[in-house]
Amino acid sequence: MSNNEIARYGDADTEADLDNFEEQLRQQTEHLMSKVQAGDFAEALKLVSELNETRDRGLYREVGRLTRSLHEALVNFHIDAGNNPRQQAELSQISDASDRLAYVVNLTSNAANRTMDLVEASMPIAADLKTEAHELRNEWHKLGRRQLTPEEFRQLYKRMDRFLNDLTQKSDQVHDNLSEILLAQGYQDLTGQLIQKVTTLVREVEENLVRLVKMAGRVDQITGIQHDIVFPKVDVGQGEGPQLQKDERPDVVSSQDDVDDLLSSLGF
Amino acid sequence: MKAGKCSAKYWVSSVGILEVALDKNMKILVVDDFSTMRRILKNLLRDLGFSNVEEADDGTTALPMLKTGKFQFLITDWNMPGMSGFDLLKAVRADNALKNLPVLMVTAEAKRDQIVAAAQAGVNGYVVKPFTAAVLKEKIEKIFERIDA
Repeated sequence: MSNNEIARYGDADTEADLDNFEEQLRQQTEHLMSKVQAGDFAEALKLVSELNETRDRGLYREVGRLTRSLHEALVNFHIDAGNNPRQQAELSQISDASDRLAYVVNLTSNAANRTMDLVEASMPIAADLKTEAHELRNEWHKLGRRQLTPEEFRQLYKRMDRFLNDLTQKSDQVHDNLSEILLAQGYQDLTGQLIQKVTTLVREVEENLVRLVKMAGRVDQITGIQHDIVFPKVDVGQGEGPQLQKDERPDVVSSQDDVDDLLSSLGF
Repeated sequence: MKAGKCSAKYWVSSVGILEVALDKNMKILVVDDFSTMRRILKNLLRDLGFSNVEEADDGTTALPMLKTGKFQFLITDWNMPGMSGFDLLKAVRADNALKNLPVLMVTAEAKRDQIVAAAQAGVNGYVVKPFTAAVLKEKIEKIFERIDA
């Protein structure tokens, strides 16, 4: 039986217990009312203490369940509650996930820097070739218009020879740089795998947490505890990072054009 | 040169279009917590002819640099540990010596509320990541066009 199945059976059990508990509560209350109306206060007080007992029993049962769920969830999180803190860190998949993500940041950063190194190395080569080609073309046109002296022609011949040599070497270098840039994109494969592992873990943790919250909700129901949940106000000044599913969110712009439209509507 | 003043000149080009000549020597501060993004911005700026560029990794390090008065233009990310770009923008606008400094925000923050807040805080331009070299160029030119107009 999978964890999910166990949880579902557990849910059915608790549902039944809760119904049972509520039914008992209803019956005992009716009984109490009739005793109070009949003026039998000794019997009524006895019933009040029975009511308390029923509530306590329900409460103990739910707290017991909650504790068990908490334990199961912890087991599912793969956190070993051993005494050795170092061992704990090693055995926790959460910390393993953090390590994986840190490694992803490392890999992407290295790849981006490697790519930029190679681009920065290639750009001046392209710029040099362009400058030289431009100047040679001017000279070449002069030759076509027969405006060169024999000496200038000899210079142009040598310069053209050097340029063609350079061109061979430098285009080889640019080609090598481009191939290396291509290889540097290999990080995507590794980071993809690492992130998928972490995503799976996050999903598992979320499922377990939701189960715990449901359990805790039942305890609240029996004890009659009500929480004033105050959602923290979001400070617009605090950035939240890239927004997802921009096309589906009316509060998020989906392109630079949207930004420009919004700003121009504000008088920019 | 005072911050944010006279960084561009106009002339009517041969085809009669009003063009803007940016002061390519102006000192620019690029603020982003990711070194790769700083490097990309520096490269793009160099392609646009701006080579006088310095970097900072968040508002806390950027503000004292700006207070030296050496910079004529600030390009900042929004979401950074320490002091965010938005807080940096507000600090710049609150400082008498810096309040006219042109600020371009280059950020992944794309919520309408945030863009409106940045505009109200006095940002001069807003570019959402990922962006292109053409968009960056256009926004920088627009900022200095407006300032000199």
